Amino acid sequence: MNRNIFIPAIQFVFLILAQIIIFNATNLFGYINPYPYILVLLLFPFTTNQSVVLLVAFVMGFVMDIFGDSGGIHAAACLTLGYLRPVALRIAFGISYEYNAIKISNTSLYERFVYITILVGIHHLILFSLEVFNIASILYIFKKTLITSIFTILVCILFTILFGSQKK
Amino acid sequence: MKQIISFLLKNKNFLLYLFLLLLSLTFTIQSHSYHRSKFVNSANSISGGVYGAISNIQDYFKLKSRNQILTEENAHLREKLQGSENQVKIENHPHSRESSLSFYPAKVIKNSYSKTDNIITVKIGEKDSIVPDMGVITSKGIVGIVNHTSTRYSTIISILNSTFQTSAKLKKSNHFGTLKWNGNDPNIVQVTDIQEQAPVAIGDTIETSGRSVIFPEGITIGIVDNKKLDASNNFYQLNVRLVNDMTDLGHVYIIKNNDIEEIKQLENKTHNE
Repeated sequence: MNRNIFIPAIQFVFLILAQIIIFNATNLFGYINPYPYILVLLLFPFTTNQSVVLLVAFVMGFVMDIFGDSGGIHAAACLTLGYLRPVALRIAFGISYEYNAIKISNTSLYERFVYITILVGIHHLILFSLEVFNIASILYIFKKTLITSIFTILVCILFTILFGSQKK
Repeated sequence: MKQIISFLLKNKNFLLYLFLLLLSLTFTIQSHSYHRSKFVNSANSISGGVYGAISNIQDYFKLKSRNQILTEENAHLREKLQGSENQVKIENHPHSRESSLSFYPAKVIKNSYSKTDNIITVKIGEKDSIVPDMGVITSKGIVGIVNHTSTRYSTIISILNSTFQTSAKLKKSNHFGTLKWNGNDPNIVQVTDIQEQAPVAIGDTIETSGRSVIFPEGITIGIVDNKKLDASNNFYQLNVRLVNDMTDLGHVYIIKNNDIEEIKQLENKTHNE
């Protein structure tokens, strides 16, 4: 039980700091900043009560907003991600995830990719829609969502491979 | 009653989601209107402290370029001083008095330029008598306007922000226009509403007009990159290349207009009549 709280808490602090210090200052090609901090929510223990997930998602987004001076865009995007997480879990890992507590390190790369892609796509679409906040720039929103998603997914998968496999 | 409670319990996650979503959307909408984002900003001691620590480390890697900028500015100021020493000083002239502007140096601890609404955080605050609506410049040109202040930190609305707007003019002819940013290129800003008769040429300098009390006249903004007439054919739309590199800000100056109280009082009087 202790371990269940301890690991997400470490991830929470580590990934938020990494996001603020490193990834928010990447500015690849001038405007691309990957957002791997949402990995906290993606890897949050799958058996957790959904209300807790929503609260954690909101708090985390809110912290990012304070550091980024961005109003509530991260909070809204993370919240939606947390809300739709069970749906993505069912699509990626099948109905079985509810019964036996699967670990992300035990899943195949393909399943992991599907799971991360769905949620990163949703998160980024909401994030950039709210950031630009102008329906006339919809093409720009899609472009930014697509390109940033590719990099976020890449970094997320690398992180899960690097830090996930040895704990068995 | 029982049914209502069971309905609430059944949908508690959805209701929680809706409630928190509403909250975050409120913050978002507030942040998109100038001066309204009261709760969420990085001018607080926690995020300010974190950014301060990070920039302390990063500063060492930028010492060389910062020194370069300082030497350039010194040279420029020295030139100006040389010029003014040769002029005859008129003592006790009714117009010669203390300058109405004060400059406060501040260190940038967080800068962003890849978003549509960019905010800069600096390490200077109410303690040093900084208040919202002061102009911010560097030795090269315009940077933004102070938005929020805490005891030791302030946030600045960068010119790379969709809510930023100020008055600009041509250096050579006093034709006025409005400065805004369309959110695309952090090196290019837009100046609109310049009269069609104005003698605009590519390569001309655009500077602040001094029409607002925030920026004094003659702060450089940039160089005209290209020009076209708008739909009505009456006004120019200019793309202006910034002189300032907004992606690399180290130290900035915050301008305090000491006459601001007097000007505001006068304006209020005029409005009330």
